Amino acid sequence: MTDLIETRLPGVGTVHVFDCDNGTRVGVIAHHSGRRELVIYDRDDLDCVSDSAMLTPGEARMLADLLGGTTVTEKLDDLRQNIAGLAIDWLPIPAHSAFAGRTIGETELRHRTGVSIVAIVRDDRPIPAPGPNDELRSGDTAVLVGTAEGIDLATALLTRHSL
Amino acid sequence: MITAATPGVATLLIELGGILVALAALGRVAARFGIPSIPLYLVAGLAVGEGGVVELLTARAFIENGAQIGVILLLLLLGLEYTGEELTTALREQAPAGAVDLVLNATPGIALGLVLGWDYRAALLLGGVTYISSSGIIAKLLADLRRTGNRETPVVLAILVTEDLVMAFYLPLMAGLLIGGDALDIGVEVGLAVAAVLLTLIVAIRYGPRLSRVVFDRSDENLLLSLLGLALLVAGIAERLQASAAVGAFLVGIALSGPTERAARTVLAPLRDLFAALFFAFFGLQIDPVQLPAALPLAVGLAVVSAATKLATGWWSAKRAGIERPGRIRAGATLVARGEFSIVIAGIAVAEGIEAELGPLAAAYVLLLAVTGPLLARSADPIGRRFGRTRRKVAA
Repeated sequence: MTDLIETRLPGVGTVHVFDCDNGTRVGVIAHHSGRRELVIYDRDDLDCVSDSAMLTPGEARMLADLLGGTTVTEKLDDLRQNIAGLAIDWLPIPAHSAFAGRTIGETELRHRTGVSIVAIVRDDRPIPAPGPNDELRSGDTAVLVGTAEGIDLATALLTRHSL
Repeated sequence: MITAATPGVATLLIELGGILVALAALGRVAARFGIPSIPLYLVAGLAVGEGGVVELLTARAFIENGAQIGVILLLLLLGLEYTGEELTTALREQAPAGAVDLVLNATPGIALGLVLGWDYRAALLLGGVTYISSSGIIAKLLADLRRTGNRETPVVLAILVTEDLVMAFYLPLMAGLLIGGDALDIGVEVGLAVAAVLLTLIVAIRYGPRLSRVVFDRSDENLLLSLLGLALLVAGIAERLQASAAVGAFLVGIALSGPTERAARTVLAPLRDLFAALFFAFFGLQIDPVQLPAALPLAVGLAVVSAATKLATGWWSAKRAGIERPGRIRAGATLVARGEFSIVIAGIAVAEGIEAELGPLAAAYVLLLAVTGPLLARSADPIGRRFGRTRRKVAA
């Protein structure tokens, strides 16, 4: 691990500096204002900043994600591609619902709307991947996945009073 | 009831509006040429004061009061820049640099004052004028030249912090000396003032967070009124106790921390800009421009010598911190600029009427170094590359 040197800048903030393996000196200034400044030092004069970029808190977070969280970012991208065109919704099952107390199979939800119930949240505990014999109860939250139109249909179906 | 404006009010508004418009125009000129606005505000004051191009009739009293509030706001905002912890840390780590700075840079002013046969208190005030660098100009320079991250910058900032702390004791000390009396009276007066500052400083550092919580308010309006009221009250009490209003305001600034400090800087900065501009103009206004040419040769000499001593201070302090030659030159050149606090100190002499020569000399001196200081700081990089080349060669 490279040495990280922290220096206080009275009235400005704090600067952290380290030397990369390739000889470049890099620093980050944390300004009292909340801004972060990324600085690169001059190779011929390692005391002197040769270039700097002032970052807003949002830009700093983005940069940190790009640098530190590469694998996370890749996975997020994957996920986004997979769910393009899909909608996810959390639907509380009301007490008056005709399907409260009936099984998922009895709703014929997938057949009628193309929507799947991928999980049920009951008393703050999730029941992942419920089967057709699993029961929906009033007070459950059903996690629905489908097209936006499908979800609208499913919502109407699962909250109506009669079968 | 709204009455028709009296001629007096009309004149006041026209004069005040006129001078603010003039200051605004000069500020733009300064920005255009990349020089600080302080020297140009001084010139504006010179132009409308005694023996100036036009003389203000009714606005003078308002500007004088505004100038006093300007000093208080300058010092309050300066105090807000630092937390108590930063002050003590900087003092612990950079005390030797601070001491070298004090000895090297107060000496030219004191020596010149004594050579001119001035009262010792006037000489001490001139020492203060040459000692203190301009935090305002330097902070702006460091940001503009993108040197905030430079390794000599912590050294420069620490020197500025020690200067501000020294000033917190110097101002009440001078106030005590200027009251006069026999040696015992002065000793007691000065001792009391210094003890009061020390006590307030300790209280400010210890109870600052609590005070900050009490003062804090989500409404900018309430916050502004509380802060300004508190600063003026403390400054007034300090002045009544002969301990300098400015130092009272500085200590209030030190005491405030956390969210209150950040919010205070935002709501007070525009107010500071307005009243500080009036303060610089007022200092110029008190000086007869006819006296400037006579003061110029001495001012140039003093500026050259005290620029050299600041360069030496920066060089020595940066070297001590392990900085290479180009960085040492940058540190010294950055410190050369004198500005607002030199005028605060010279303003004391002018207000006391202690030495007629001091005002014009200080004005010419600050005009010179507020303009050439930043130019020197800017040119430090090419100078450093040429003369300060480190022996470290880049591998081919």
